[in-house]
Amino acid sequence: MSVKLNTRQVGDVSVIDVAGRITLGEGSSALRDALRELVGKNHKKILLNLGEVSYIDSSGIGELVSGFTTVTNSGGQLKLLNLNKRVKDLLQITKLYTVFDVHDDEASAVRSFS
Amino acid sequence: MREDSRSVPETVERFLDSTLESVDSAEELTVGLAERAGFAEDDLMKIGLAVRESMVNAVVHGNRYNAHKKVRLSVSRNGTKLTVQIADQGEGFDVEQLPDPLADDNLLRTSGRGIFLIRSFMDEFEIRRLETGGMQVTLVKYSESK
Repeated sequence: MSVKLNTRQVGDVSVIDVAGRITLGEGSSALRDALRELVGKNHKKILLNLGEVSYIDSSGIGELVSGFTTVTNSGGQLKLLNLNKRVKDLLQITKLYTVFDVHDDEASAVRSFS
Repeated sequence: MREDSRSVPETVERFLDSTLESVDSAEELTVGLAERAGFAEDDLMKIGLAVRESMVNAVVHGNRYNAHKKVRLSVSRNGTKLTVQIADQGEGFDVEQLPDPLADDNLLRTSGRGIFLIRSFMDEFEIRRLETGGMQVTLVKYSESK
């Protein structure tokens, strides 16, 4: 499988650990499904840990944006954790870095949810 | 004395099926050639992503996964210049009509960033409509290795 997802709870925050490639096809659809499942279960605080993401394309970025919009429109918050240089650079050149709330430390990320 | 392989021009051409597997193949082939040519790691990443985005456009938007349509991939290296051409057999589109993904109104769109990323990562980029129908992109990257 191109991407591996692991969902866990840290208090009332749902953390999705993402590893591998978020590209058009299996990778992006797996992320989409995981986020939709959490929203469907009325989870309002979602943290995407992208520390093990080795590759992301524009479709993967699209899924991050879609997830952000979906969670926000349902009254929740979606934040990003542990961006590597590649992902950070892509979000910066597409002007999305300031759209997301990005963290480098999980504990502080969890505390940041209101 | 053995000639440095980097100094030997290299060209590869493939006619690929309109599938996501072809996207992976094209990226792998191109990055492999670029790596043999001595492109730096960061450039390899940019080249790979630009080829991936171009192939996705050809497969998904151009040929619409049509099993009867092919994507032509041409990768050539001459000295420090890497040239990639990708052509589909779709109906083509007007590039001028593409929305700007950086415009405030478009920032939260879930698609439409592919061509912008290609332009950002390659040194030269050209896109044109083919007379036979479909679109062709030409991507150029220069390596800094001597």
